Amino acid sequence: MKALRNLLDKQKPHFLKGGKFEKFRAAFDSVETLLYVPDKVTSKGAHIRDAVDMKRTMIVVFIALLPSLIFGMWNIGNNHFLSYGEAHGFWANFLYGLFKMLPIIIVTYGVGLGLEILFAQIRGHEVSEGFFVTGLLIPLIVPPEIPLWQLAIAVAFAVIFGKEVFGGSGMNILNPALLARAFLFFAYPGDISGDKVWIADKADAYSGATPLGDAMVGDFSRFTPDAALDMFMGFMPGSNGETSTLMVLLGGILLVATGIGNWRIILTVFAGGYVMGLLFNMWGANEYMNLPAHYHLVMGGFAFGAIYMATDPVTAAQTKKGMYIYGFLIGMVSILIRVFNPAYPEGVMLAILLMNVFAPLIDHYVIEANIKRRLKRLKLATK
Amino acid sequence: MSEEKKEREPLFSSKNLKLLKEPLNMSNPITVQVLGICSALAVTAKLKPAVVMTLSVIVVMAVSNVVISLLRNGIPPRIRIIVQLVVIATMVILVDQVLKAFVYDVSKQLSVFVGLIITNCIIMGRLEAFAMSNKPWPAFLDGIGNALGYGVILIIVAFFREFLGSGTIFDIKVIPQGFYDFGYANNGLMILPPMALITVGVIIWVQRYRNRALIEEN
Repeated sequence: MKALRNLLDKQKPHFLKGGKFEKFRAAFDSVETLLYVPDKVTSKGAHIRDAVDMKRTMIVVFIALLPSLIFGMWNIGNNHFLSYGEAHGFWANFLYGLFKMLPIIIVTYGVGLGLEILFAQIRGHEVSEGFFVTGLLIPLIVPPEIPLWQLAIAVAFAVIFGKEVFGGSGMNILNPALLARAFLFFAYPGDISGDKVWIADKADAYSGATPLGDAMVGDFSRFTPDAALDMFMGFMPGSNGETSTLMVLLGGILLVATGIGNWRIILTVFAGGYVMGLLFNMWGANEYMNLPAHYHLVMGGFAFGAIYMATDPVTAAQTKKGMYIYGFLIGMVSILIRVFNPAYPEGVMLAILLMNVFAPLIDHYVIEANIKRRLKRLKLATK
Repeated sequence: MSEEKKEREPLFSSKNLKLLKEPLNMSNPITVQVLGICSALAVTAKLKPAVVMTLSVIVVMAVSNVVISLLRNGIPPRIRIIVQLVVIATMVILVDQVLKAFVYDVSKQLSVFVGLIITNCIIMGRLEAFAMSNKPWPAFLDGIGNALGYGVILIIVAFFREFLGSGTIFDIKVIPQGFYDFGYANNGLMILPPMALITVGVIIWVQRYRNRALIEEN
């Protein structure tokens, strides 16, 4: 470790202003702060500079994503072999999935970080850490068979138009990972919907439909009473990392325990989804509406969206009351889109993007209401 | 009468040329003044309707600018908007009928947007701001210039949207079949209106990058 520190210290002057490699300062800086806690100290006043900076925060999210990632890799292999009617051990499944997912992860990070470094260099500021997590989220929410060139375009679109045009990480209105997925969904619908894409290299005769896909076309044969547990565990075809509600919850517990993910949003998203499911049960106009409400929470990317996407601190509502409203509406709108709109089998992505747009408005009215309430109290007190 | 005695301004004096050129760049109606966005979103999925739309706007704008300029001293200020609208509406109906008679399929594609040229903010804006206080010839040039500035952006946007979204240019396939066999697919998002907005945004970005004078102070 000491040798690494020495090496960095020795190279540092070259990258500072006036050095040989001044042009690559942003790249050097990002490597250095990734490896070591920055040595910036406060020189005046009694402010505490916490060691938990943005990079440390992002690493916790990264760790929280690992269960989903590992399960996702195993699940890709499992579903692939199942479609041929074979059963293999853990390692065979896992390795198959690993080799399917590695190119996706590499392309995502390569394109995303490349653009981030380019923009940081042009603008002369540090490479922001935002893409560290985004780059892992994107591979988890695309199908295993996604063509890599489409993925590269989607990532570039998300980074440039979702983030950099607004001024970089922390300034974005929409969640960049979801924006990348929305881009794929609208630009190349054939490769990200239907029943062909969710299992890697599947046998032709085998149905690769996800539960959502089945529900959308009105086939409810798979929703037997114990199917809910199966869906909770995640042994079904789907996007790479979101099938298992259990693994997502594991990560969610870590996020809530470390205070990085906001429990208010997570809880209200689930509550909103469940309430909407119950409302549909009461209405019961068709078979989809009669589907027991708890199925909605374990199908598709609902849990993944609730825990990793809706809680994105940049794009979510900031006030406490606002978070409740924001989360609840995400849950409700997701299920609403699922059941009502036959063109979009999964509504979580669109619901979160929609509420991202409304988050500042929600905050505005929460703050206004607070100001009004306090003014009233002041008037009563001074009367 | 006194004006007659003065030396006549040449038809294409630098001042008049400026009227023609400015709207193409420095005061482009779409990218700088951000007018006429709605039709820029609606008719740019393919090049053909975009070109027809451009031609229609050029005709409507040039003629109504001249007509209003000729009438400018006779129009009572209080009802000038109504008068302007009548002139524009007349021209739009003429253009619409011509399109229906000669290029029916394009006219169907443009559908309501030909009629909506009446509400194109650029036309009303130029009538109000320029034709009402200038002579017919400069008004004519101003009309052509602004309509061209509008059309250039429309055609650029339509080019990218048709090329990337449908793989064609003027409905002629330009991306070889081999690409598709290799796994290339048309970008479905480019056909949807949001991408027109984003493409316009990119054009504004490029324009401002090249022309720093357009960037606001703050």
